[in-house]
Amino acid sequence: MSNILKTPVLPYCKGCGHDLIAKNTARALEDMGLKPLDVIVVTDIGCHGIIDGCLNTHTVHGLHGRSVALGAGIAFGLENPEKKIIVFIGDGGSTIGLQHILEAARLNLDMTVVVHNNMLYGMTGGQTSGLTPCGFRTSTSVSGNPWSGYDLCALAHTSGAAYASRIAGIGDISSSLGEAFAVKGFSLIEVIEICPGYGVKFNPGRKLSEIIESSGKLPGKWENRREQFGGVHGSKSGSLFEDLDIINSEFKSSLEKPLSLIISGSAGEGVQLAAALLSAAVVRSGLHVTQKGSYPVTVGVGFSTAELIISPFQIGYHGIDIPDVVVVTSGDGLAHCRSRIEKMAGGILFIDSSLQAPGTGADVRSYDFRSIGARAACLYALFRFADSTGYISKETLYRVISDGGLADKIPVKRISELIDG
Amino acid sequence: MRSKTDQKNVIVDGSRIVIEAMARAGADSFIGYPITPANLLYQYAGQRFPLMLPAPDEITTLQWMSGLSACGRIPVTATSFPGFALMIESINMAFMMELPMVIILVQRLGPATGTATCGAQGDIALLKGMISGGHQLPVLCPSDFNDCWNLSARAVSLSAQLRTPVVFLTSKEEMMTRKSFDLVTLDDIKPLKRSFYGGDKPYMPYEPGENLVPEFLPVTSDRWQVRLNASTHNRKGILQHSGEEALANTRRLEEKPLRNLPDYTIFDLDEQKGAETLIVSYGISAAAARDAVAVIRESGKKISILIPKTILPVPDTCYNIIDSYKKVIVAEENINGQYAKVMFGERLPDRIRTVGETGRMIGRDAIIKEEAAL
Ligand SMILES: Cc1ncc(C[n+]2csc(CCOP(=O)(O)OP(=O)(O)O)c2C)c(N)n1
Ligand SMILES: [Mg+2]
Repeated sequence: MSNILKTPVLPYCKGCGHDLIAKNTARALEDMGLKPLDVIVVTDIGCHGIIDGCLNTHTVHGLHGRSVALGAGIAFGLENPEKKIIVFIGDGGSTIGLQHILEAARLNLDMTVVVHNNMLYGMTGGQTSGLTPCGFRTSTSVSGNPWSGYDLCALAHTSGAAYASRIAGIGDISSSLGEAFAVKGFSLIEVIEICPGYGVKFNPGRKLSEIIESSGKLPGKWENRREQFGGVHGSKSGSLFEDLDIINSEFKSSLEKPLSLIISGSAGEGVQLAAALLSAAVVRSGLHVTQKGSYPVTVGVGFSTAELIISPFQIGYHGIDIPDVVVVTSGDGLAHCRSRIEKMAGGILFIDSSLQAPGTGADVRSYDFRSIGARAACLYALFRFADSTGYISKETLYRVISDGGLADKIPVKRISELIDG
Repeated sequence: MRSKTDQKNVIVDGSRIVIEAMARAGADSFIGYPITPANLLYQYAGQRFPLMLPAPDEITTLQWMSGLSACGRIPVTATSFPGFALMIESINMAFMMELPMVIILVQRLGPATGTATCGAQGDIALLKGMISGGHQLPVLCPSDFNDCWNLSARAVSLSAQLRTPVVFLTSKEEMMTRKSFDLVTLDDIKPLKRSFYGGDKPYMPYEPGENLVPEFLPVTSDRWQVRLNASTHNRKGILQHSGEEALANTRRLEEKPLRNLPDYTIFDLDEQKGAETLIVSYGISAAAARDAVAVIRESGKKISILIPKTILPVPDTCYNIIDSYKKVIVAEENINGQYAKVMFGERLPDRIRTVGETGRMIGRDAIIKEEAAL
């Protein structure tokens, strides 16, 4: 009795090619000298997939169409590359999960995919699949399929598979299967069969060899010379916290209660960077900070807003309903927070002088922020904020900029001239 | 309070804390597919995880994770609703095969693609009903940075301990907002020590072990045959239609997360003697709820607050706490009281009130207002 197979009696209809593939797979593996536990068989959902109960190998029975990706995951996780991964999938599974085949071929993962192409969805009643040949009759195209099927081997080959082959499921196919199994890297072997239930019923008298001939997808072998995927098992550098600056509170702040600040400008104009620099200055001043970003999904167009809460105490909720201070450097920025500016009953609005301030209870301070260039406008505005409120000193902002290596990227000198006259 | 000199103050986002914690806890593989607001997690994982792979879609993501898990690894991914939706059939598979893994779900505003850069708490009803058959996988939900640290580690150990996928539920503002934070407040994380089946009888992959959890053996074993199966199966892992043994296995899948729930019931409870009102909130809304409680107490009123962190299954302990209050306010960032309804049904009892919001975080004042109106 066979070693790979638990039993010679398989759960298939008389004459089914799936039976032939299973038995020849066992023979091929035994011929290679592989023991059952050297092999991991991943099976798809479909008639071919019910084989796993009959195997002495490791077996993994997953979802319809996903077996190649599941097998790929095992290939990534294998620490013993001597194990052989074999995926059994149908023609139906091959199209619902086509991406998985292309991906495993592209990455050249070490595994073999055996496509049981019986030219229709067998388990669900013989419907037309993406591999059904033109003219072939099925339960859903009784007058013949008007389209021809995918060339799965060509797809795998052009995606980079080390090996792809197509054979007719007739006679002893163990050496063809063995050739695919022996490949180091991704191999796919498509075995064409005729389903004795539906294929024969709807296409009486047609012979497999003739169907293959007229489909135009002839038996063959296509190879790419390439190395199998070697794995990415290196370990990474230490903690993610090592990249963070430890910020000591070396300055003092006169702030006695939480302050909410919105900085609103245009994407690509350094809003988030200015907010990050201010945040660092805040922590250096012995305060707590939260910095919430808000921007549209598109990068580089539209508004960009940062909402900061600055507080001598631990901060809980970090949203801002009506802000204490708003900094606006562009029209996009104004549009985004106009309604909240209008609701302000006090506080300060710093706004670029090119813009018309909305009606607000805030004290409006208008400056030509953009005069030093759009990308520095926000920082200039934050220096104005520091200068007029005194909560964060200008020195602290300078220090954060120079310690961050940004002193020559930001026109700090010009800013200080503008502010200090 | 710690003296200033002992502090290690940094400005950090929640994503960095979560990935660092999961890596320290023993998660060793990350599969990524880009989606806002989960991209920071993907980026950091690439810098931190021993194995990081870019998948071509989220179905592949979950399948690769399942393969890695079958080999004895603990994989992690991070996504948002659109990606999560694609993963659901495969998460069912991993649930059925009993494969440890962690899925970080960063909620954003729906429906569909909704607004990628806007937070939400809109996926709780989905998490309640996503396993066919109504079974439940564990969902842990952090309420602050210290939770991001501790709960991330717990999600990793829990997935191995229960042999199950675990969902780590967050939202945009929790994962992307930068905050000043003292790293010294983080506890040590001990890396997970996994033990695999070492018996001298053939391995039975679905034989109920301690607390209904079957022992695990990687599919690469040289000693025993391993069978994993996402179809209805017996203890050996062989497909069965609906035989007694197979249905017993399915019943065990229902029972497993519930029987073990006391072991992973995590919440914060701050009770005031004599208080008749309880505020319940979780995730991103918890901070506003805590702030609201502080204000209400300052005004002289008594009030208690419960922050559940084991969101699903709903722990009995949480029900018992809630049941001991006359009035309950559940605050969550959706407009249909999803968690309140998960707990108490579509038609909420009178004593259960909700505070909701969509497209923006719930503010402290909305909760205070609801309390005042009671
Ligand atoms: C996502 C999903 N869609 C549909 C099905 C239903 N289904 C089960 S088997 C099958 C067809 C299998 O056909 P094929 O892969 O060609 O295998 P065969 O039965 O012909 O061997 C389908 C569509 C499923 N299980 N999962
Ligand atoms: Mg088929």
